[in-house]
Amino acid sequence: MRRNGLRVWALHLALLAVLASAQFWLSPYLATNLARIMVLAVFAMGYNLAFGYTGLLSLGHALLLAAGMYAAGLPALLWGWSAGPAFIAGLAGGGLVAAVLGLLALRTAGVSFMIVTLMFAQAGFLTLLYFAPVTRGNDGFAVAAASRSFLGFDLSTDTPRFLAAFAIFATGLLVSLALMRSPFGRTMIAMRENEERSRMLGYNPFTVKLAALTLSGLYAGAAGAAYALLFGYVGASFATIQYSILPMLYVLMGGAGTTLGPFLGALLMFALVEAATGLTTAHQFIIGAALVALVLFAPKGILGTVRERWAKWLP
Amino acid sequence: MAAVMAPLIETRGLTLHYGGLKAVDGVDFTLEAGEIHALIGPNGAGKTSFVSLLSGRRLPQSGRILLAGEDITRLPAQLRVRKGIAYTFQITSIFPRLSVFDNVALAVQAQGTRDLENRTRAALARVGLDGLEEQEAGTLSYGHQRLLELAMGLALKPRLLILDEPTQGLAASEIEGFKALVRSLVPETTVLLIEHNMEVVMDLASRITVLTFGRVLASGTPAAIRANPAVQEAYLGA
Ligand SMILES: Nc1ncnc2c1ncn2[C@@H]1O[C@H](COP(=O)(O)OP(=O)(O)OP(=O)(O)O)[C@@H](O)[C@H]1O
Ligand SMILES: [Mg+2]
Repeated sequence: MRRNGLRVWALHLALLAVLASAQFWLSPYLATNLARIMVLAVFAMGYNLAFGYTGLLSLGHALLLAAGMYAAGLPALLWGWSAGPAFIAGLAGGGLVAAVLGLLALRTAGVSFMIVTLMFAQAGFLTLLYFAPVTRGNDGFAVAAASRSFLGFDLSTDTPRFLAAFAIFATGLLVSLALMRSPFGRTMIAMRENEERSRMLGYNPFTVKLAALTLSGLYAGAAGAAYALLFGYVGASFATIQYSILPMLYVLMGGAGTTLGPFLGALLMFALVEAATGLTTAHQFIIGAALVALVLFAPKGILGTVRERWAKWLP
Repeated sequence: MAAVMAPLIETRGLTLHYGGLKAVDGVDFTLEAGEIHALIGPNGAGKTSFVSLLSGRRLPQSGRILLAGEDITRLPAQLRVRKGIAYTFQITSIFPRLSVFDNVALAVQAQGTRDLENRTRAALARVGLDGLEEQEAGTLSYGHQRLLELAMGLALKPRLLILDEPTQGLAASEIEGFKALVRSLVPETTVLLIEHNMEVVMDLASRITVLTFGRVLASGTPAAIRANPAVQEAYLGA
């Protein structure tokens, strides 16, 4: 796992270099889309830590995304916090809610875990609606321009927004790579592969999974906060089941348990939806067909298949 | 009680039922530190069930387990591992999709991450699996998977190593190496060995306990066990 270090870091840094330069050769429209994709990819990378590496099949990650989004957005709305503190609050909100979710839901496993996380996310969504006077419910609210500034840069303008999205994405990617090359990453994978054996090596599955889920929540929180601050909107629709399924689709398409899979999946799904929307009104059908094809021909996702066939060294 | 005087493991009236079946039925058992103690008995006698209670994979319905005088009857398995009880599975339980290196590294890093690479390689070399580090564990031959299982147990640096039919699937040549390895472990590590191969048992064990129908039939030195008429009838003669 620690071997091939040079090759692995070079690959990741090369991808980051290409992405950083993209703002110079993409149209502003596409660059903004890429910023959105990078933010969604952060969410998917977090999902990947829980699902792809640790084997926790959650259907409740929308709750964690929304936790970050509201933990950043509400202080901005109510008290006029600026982007820096609001982002930290979102990060912490995602991590904290994930830890609480884990304490309750990790008493279960497998299908029960899916159902319990789904139910908590649904409860979170209903809570947002219930407190509509504060949260603005389904309508949501716009984040004020004053809160969308960071160190004097206006995050609602193209270049600062792109750079902020890139910085968060790069941090998330490098942290997850470092994690997967660390002993703790190996322990996470051990939970996915053989929990009973891990226990008999002295690991407490509950605490390992709780830590992994909390990490996952930090990513989701960061993504939710970034979405609110960079794109200026907070709404309860982000807490719906759709946003729990989305990162799973990204991860499955790009390759569960690969560091680059979440980004690749987010990019391709985004492109697919764009292309399909241009071609036909039945774009949901095209996405469905793509997923069926994927499950049939590359059940390990794109990078999972690449790793199996050609590049065993991919982390 | 003084821990120095207490045996490494002591069980009192240990009982495990699966529904109506008494797999372990009131077992009193003593394991002295530093010995190689063999646990034998016919198929289904309850050997695996008994050591599952020691390792914490299962909890007993009644009875007590003492580790050097300390009651560990209800202690979760992972904490017993940290107290020095390691179990190698009868039905090989490795991480089949991970590399051989990662399998053993998981055991090594549970003891601390310093010098992980070298300690992992050393544990592999000890069972003769060096050179296979990069291979996917699930693609190893059955015998090599047994050795990997053993390497994971050794890497835990246990006080008590419980080996559940470790020579099953090993070639005759590998069995010689295995015997030498187990001999080299004592007295620092105490070994509880479940084994059907009587040659291995008689070669290695300083004490033998015979289990039938979840009960202790006899316990003693190899010579005493061999001479015991009840044992001959129930097991050796069969
Ligand atoms: N999980 C289980 N559920 C129900 N019965 C079980 C279970 N595990 C074992 N048994 C039964 O308990 C009894 C003891 O089984 P155990 O595996 O402990 O025996 P053993 O001495 O290890 O046998 P072997 O030499 O074949 O490994 C057997 O009758 C077995 O069928
Ligand atoms: Mg058995």
